[in-house]
Amino acid sequence: VPECKYNWPDAADRHVIGTRVSRLDGPAKASGRAEYTYDVHPEGMLFAKVLRCPHAHARITALDLTAARNMPGVKAARVIQAVGTEIQWQGDEVAAVAATTEEQAEDAVRAIKVEYEVLPHFVMDEDLAAAGAHAKPPSTETTGDPDKAFAAPGTVVSEGYYGMPVIVHCCLETHGSTAQWNGDHLQVWASTQNVSGIGGDFAESLNIPGNNVRTICQYIGGGFGSKFGPDRWGIEGARLAKDAGAPVRLMLERDSELLVAGARPSIWGKVRVAASPDGKITGWDSETWATGGMSGGGRMPIPYVWKIPNNRWKHTSIAANIGGARAWRAPTHPQAALVTNCALDDLAAKLNLDPIEFFTRNADLLGDRAGVYKEELAKAAELSQWSSLWHRRGQAGGGTVKRGLGVSLHTWGGRGHNSNCAVTIRPDGGVELALGTQDLGTGTRTAIVMVAAETFGLPIEAITLHIGDSIYPPSGPSGGSTTIGGVSTSTRRGCVDAVNELFAAVAPALGTTPDRLEAVGGSIRVRGDSSKAMSWKQACSKLGVKTIHFTGKNPGPCALNSSGVGGVQVADVSVDTETGIVRVNRMTAVQDCGLIIDLKTAESQVYGALIMGISYALYEEKVMDPTTGRMLNPNMEFYKLAGLGDIGEMVVHMMTGPGYDERGPVGLGEPPVISPGAAISNAVANALGVRVPTLPLSPDRVLAALHQA
Amino acid sequence: VAPIHYHHHLKVWDAAPLGSIRGVFLAAPESFSPGAAAAHCSRNGSPERDCRRIGEGEAVSHKDEKLPKSRRPASPKGVDRRVFLKTVGVGTGAVTAGLLQPPQAQGAAGGKVVGPGPIPVTLNVDGRKHRLELEPRVTLLDAVRDRLKITGNKRVCDRATCGACTMLMDGKAVYACTVLAVEAEGHRITTIEGLQPANGLHPLSAAFVEHDGQQCGFCTPGFVVAAKAFLDEHPAATLQQVRAGLGGNLCRCGTYHGITEAALEIAAKGAARA
Repeated sequence: VPECKYNWPDAADRHVIGTRVSRLDGPAKASGRAEYTYDVHPEGMLFAKVLRCPHAHARITALDLTAARNMPGVKAARVIQAVGTEIQWQGDEVAAVAATTEEQAEDAVRAIKVEYEVLPHFVMDEDLAAAGAHAKPPSTETTGDPDKAFAAPGTVVSEGYYGMPVIVHCCLETHGSTAQWNGDHLQVWASTQNVSGIGGDFAESLNIPGNNVRTICQYIGGGFGSKFGPDRWGIEGARLAKDAGAPVRLMLERDSELLVAGARPSIWGKVRVAASPDGKITGWDSETWATGGMSGGGRMPIPYVWKIPNNRWKHTSIAANIGGARAWRAPTHPQAALVTNCALDDLAAKLNLDPIEFFTRNADLLGDRAGVYKEELAKAAELSQWSSLWHRRGQAGGGTVKRGLGVSLHTWGGRGHNSNCAVTIRPDGGVELALGTQDLGTGTRTAIVMVAAETFGLPIEAITLHIGDSIYPPSGPSGGSTTIGGVSTSTRRGCVDAVNELFAAVAPALGTTPDRLEAVGGSIRVRGDSSKAMSWKQACSKLGVKTIHFTGKNPGPCALNSSGVGGVQVADVSVDTETGIVRVNRMTAVQDCGLIIDLKTAESQVYGALIMGISYALYEEKVMDPTTGRMLNPNMEFYKLAGLGDIGEMVVHMMTGPGYDERGPVGLGEPPVISPGAAISNAVANALGVRVPTLPLSPDRVLAALHQA
Repeated sequence: VAPIHYHHHLKVWDAAPLGSIRGVFLAAPESFSPGAAAAHCSRNGSPERDCRRIGEGEAVSHKDEKLPKSRRPASPKGVDRRVFLKTVGVGTGAVTAGLLQPPQAQGAAGGKVVGPGPIPVTLNVDGRKHRLELEPRVTLLDAVRDRLKITGNKRVCDRATCGACTMLMDGKAVYACTVLAVEAEGHRITTIEGLQPANGLHPLSAAFVEHDGQQCGFCTPGFVVAAKAFLDEHPAATLQQVRAGLGGNLCRCGTYHGITEAALEIAAKGAARA
């Protein structure tokens, strides 16, 4: 690697990066002082409520807002979709009102007179044959000669059916925003993953210059990929504010959050997979289908990770009358991982092989990172006590509660997005950073400040950071695990430039040249010579009246980061064969993500992903009613999330050190949420001796699988 | 329409958050018994919708009264607030909102109608008294967040499932989304902000920071308050007790690992009361 002034410090020179720092906004959040979009309350703010279509497919035949406009407290009312419009999913927006109190707004929505012509709907996507015209023409691709591979003498073939339903994001802070106008300038507090970019979307929809929109989001109560744009309700909220001449808050209700504000596409599929008698994977043949609303459910990367020499996939996208899909943490990967890792696990069982041994034996099919996967498989085996706890499928011993182990692996890109970081060093020693980024709870604030503290040799507390406001230099949206790679590198480059200018200002006083200086331990000193040093404050005073200011950028000079990670997880479960209840005893996650900035918040990402994974593996499902086309559980008592008692023990191991650190920071948010579904499903199959084919692994599905076995 | 959900002793139609139900029946103190609240006020514009009754005399003048046993966590050791909230009533002397009993049952309770417009309500929140004019249907959570602008506690499920709104009422945890503001009159309400010392952090909040028991942080305030109430009752709680006792709160980011560690640290110190 050619020497470059922006490079990350070597391990021996790191004092902050890689340590465990508590998230800097933790005190604000844990004390209730953090102000979220839902908490913003400008003087005179009105409350907006939305009339939503109760039908999955209908045409609006009458709509009259007169009575609603005359209700007490109502200041504005708008038609969102006019008479004649065809509505394609339950919960789609029809009209909205803004009123002085929330209760008045609710009353006014009830006073809206609306009639629908109900049309036929399609909401049940698991049965491909029933989809009819809702199924789009399938796509297919063949590599090698799968038919020949399956027909080869001695070939062992496993066939299975796997799947999981649509689930929803269920952000705890519902989607929404508060809009306030000053002439033709709009200030919007939005619950968004896209502080720098969302203003342009507001401007375009509202036909005002992008310069006229300021967006603020200091804290966001969850996004997971579903909060990038203003959404129609955000635009309508701004229009209501314009009409009413007052600020308007429009936050979704819990039911609409689950109906329309984000879903993850389903996956269903039949798989045949082949191996030679000695356990080398030789062929793949899958037919899958999926929905994610009216735009369908696109192709998933199946077979996943494994580069199987002879393979054929066929995929059908199904349009269904449900609220549209949005990116859900690691889009398409959990589905692909489930279908692939479960099919291979079934093949291993058919070969009578330990799946970790089977995976390792086939590691040459894992591409460039085969070595990483082998290392991670071995580590996961060790930490999960695989060799002592794993048994052959279905040989869990006597008793009605069966224990089993399962394994899965995954990948993700996570290259850093475009980012700008403004770095200021003032003559009084103050250091200020500003980026138009956002902290979703991933620890973005903490990581940025840690990079600056490392570069300046200062304590964390010496750095002032501003984010969450579009007045700061633009930084990319937080999606696809791209934030850490973006903000850490823009910050590093800006801080290196800034400290080099400081070195130039103080070098004469230290009787040396700038290139021989370093910033360590709150001082500027000659490299390796603490006798020739001055404090940071003294050094900055040499600036006189000058303020140092640089903008660091990503992408930029020097390869400060890369993309592509692996990851292996092992689930250890117990299944009660009388009740069908699955309990997770332990989840083990082994994860690489390049150079880790904050080990504490990095581990939290993995813990959180495991818990989210347990949740979708065991509990989550957007339950649709075929008769009415409505979602039966648009709430949090029947849309089940894992609770504190549901998660068992968790073991998280981050791969660090040589071979990993020099890759620079790579995104971590998505990858660990990919494998839990497959790992848990495989563990249940190992415990029971039969495959429960579809998630969530609810008692009814477990008992049905046992009954059919 | 069939009732599909229970708000502790209240049945609620359809997917209605409590705040959207206009009908509120305030029972006479002595007439209340759990599960037998009496009034029918549909949310869908039926004639009964605007019924308002309030207990004769001072239905809400019990500020110094300790909560009755029935409000305290039920056995075993009251560790599951979901069960507790589902099975107990609003309490002696408190008021209640009965929603689904047939209209003829109303008279038996001996209450009286109030409203339908705003009525004066005095709330004692974080040690300060606030005089408000509220429609009786306004929840404690909405009154505190949107009228008093004390926004630390969050509205998430709005139906007593997730616990993000958890506040203390006379020291006991309640889902503030499912307590009417008028029910809270005369009681000491403590929010997440109210737990904090003027220039610092409550030890539990600090433990949540130290153990990273938070990511987006939206569930955190409710979790901290719930943990405070739970650890007050179970100062030496075990892992199993923590898992059950904080089961009335939900997180989406997946912070239970850190939350559990935080609660166990405070339990080990016996310092929840600090």
